[in-house]
Amino acid sequence: MNKTLMKQDWYQRNEIAITPWLFLVPGLIMFAIYVVFPIFQSFRISLFKWDGLGSLATHGEYIGMANYEKLLTRDRSFNISLWNNLKWLVFYLAAIPAGLFIALFLNQAVRGIRLYKSLFFFPFVISQIVVGLVFTWFYDPQYGLFNGIIGFIGFKPINVLGDPTLSTYGVIAAGLWPQTAYCMILYLTGLNSVDPEQTEAARLDGAKGMRMLWHVILPQLRPATFIAFVVTVIGSLRSFDLISIMTNGGPFGSSRVLSFYMFEKSLSEYGFKMGYGAAIAVILFLIMMVFIGYFLWRMYKDEKAVNR
Amino acid sequence: MFPKPIEKSSRTWQLGYQALLPTVMLLWLAPLLAVALFSIRPDSDFLIGNYWGWPSSFEMIKNYGMVFSSAMPRYIMNSFLITIPTVVGAVTLSCMTGFALGVYKFRGNLLIFFMFIAGNFVPFQILMVPVRDLTLDMGLYNTKTGLVLFHIAFQTGFCTLFMRNFIKALPHELIEAARVEGIAEWRIFWFVVLPLMKPAIAALSVLIFTFIWNDYFWAIVLTQGENAQPVTAGITSFNAQFRAMYHLMSAGSIIAALPPVLMFFLMQKHFIAGLTLGAVK
Repeated sequence: MNKTLMKQDWYQRNEIAITPWLFLVPGLIMFAIYVVFPIFQSFRISLFKWDGLGSLATHGEYIGMANYEKLLTRDRSFNISLWNNLKWLVFYLAAIPAGLFIALFLNQAVRGIRLYKSLFFFPFVISQIVVGLVFTWFYDPQYGLFNGIIGFIGFKPINVLGDPTLSTYGVIAAGLWPQTAYCMILYLTGLNSVDPEQTEAARLDGAKGMRMLWHVILPQLRPATFIAFVVTVIGSLRSFDLISIMTNGGPFGSSRVLSFYMFEKSLSEYGFKMGYGAAIAVILFLIMMVFIGYFLWRMYKDEKAVNR
Repeated sequence: MFPKPIEKSSRTWQLGYQALLPTVMLLWLAPLLAVALFSIRPDSDFLIGNYWGWPSSFEMIKNYGMVFSSAMPRYIMNSFLITIPTVVGAVTLSCMTGFALGVYKFRGNLLIFFMFIAGNFVPFQILMVPVRDLTLDMGLYNTKTGLVLFHIAFQTGFCTLFMRNFIKALPHELIEAARVEGIAEWRIFWFVVLPLMKPAIAALSVLIFTFIWNDYFWAIVLTQGENAQPVTAGITSFNAQFRAMYHLMSAGSIIAALPPVLMFFLMQKHFIAGLTLGAVK
């Protein structure tokens, strides 16, 4: 009797301290095994020469920073990939103004507008694989819609994906299609919560058009812009599916990005260079960490503001 | 409301807008409509170069029938068997982590929360080699289970972000009141918080369903062949099999894209809530 009472006391006293950990444990374990540890393991693997057969300890050869040295000084393909990543990053951002533009166009209360909004959002829902296939056919020099259109205007057909100088832009354009849809939906939701009184007041003061958008509406859309920026940057650096489907990195490796190059080095017919691949992954990870860090810092400031 | 409501503008502009809407939409979806049109053409149309004209006959049943008599149904089945357990697993885990991080104040709370968020954004490639190795070591390479386990773990990051923010926004007085009543903490989770999380669970489920259904990278890293591969990976072998038979490749793509599209149209409200609520508050 006495013992159960004590037990209950102990439990009650500590219940609030223990419960969160009990609830966290399953998720934390899964996340640690599959996400946190692998990041550190990749850092380690990147210091080895390893073909992925046998264990790293017995079959890998420790070579220190040699993988990085080769990447940064002697690997032309790495340079091309890195440049293409930069192109992705810059041009992919066009999805944000484009999304805003479509959102403004659709932000009306006419009949059937809901259906239109969903149809405009469509490209984001279908898989990038299908988007890639659709655009590969769209660009096809012989029967593609793209060349049908430019032929109609009077231009010669262009083999966008077969041209080393154009291939990356062709793939980025395909990526912009779903990404613009994503940004559009973020802005549509944001526009819903724009304060109508502020807008009316500004309208009475004679603000309209671009000035209104810039000085009154956009500041209120900042949360949406922030999220659109984050998902677009992350999306651009993660681009893989489209490249794999549309060009497979070609022609002549001209449309590779780091994520694709890493995959090619570690898991394809070009051989299983796991150590070298891991080094590429680490560099991509470090680039992304800059943005992730910025994002977390912003969230941290928000948290502080809420708790104050 | 911005821009100015259309009903307050001139009659001509109103009519112009009504005409512009479907036009712009058709242009926006043109690449997709082209594929839909391809998928109901007979193959003879491609031989004679009739790509954009009226189809010489409508072969919808024949083309889609061909898709269903290939390995495609296997791949689609695999996709379901990978996607549904992942949705259940990730949502379950994140209900718990979200509850822990959203309700309790303890040291390391924010740190753990930020770890989940950061993990959710890392490039897949930094995980690729170790995760593939781990899956091989566990004997789960080329199995649906191997893929599901990874997806659950990875999606827990995003789901936790979402759930935690949702729970944090619930009225804390409810939990306080339950505590005053002397209700055990796990019962608070089960009887007080969980019922309020239904909209969040719905939103996350649709979203994760779409994410996982559309996954391609992990499908090609952790599986091969029709035993375990989902439809995103399967479509490439399907296309290799029917190379240059565009009517079949188009039909296959449309089939592969259909489930998330249906999911989106059926659960639209939840889907959009999911996309935005997780982040835009």
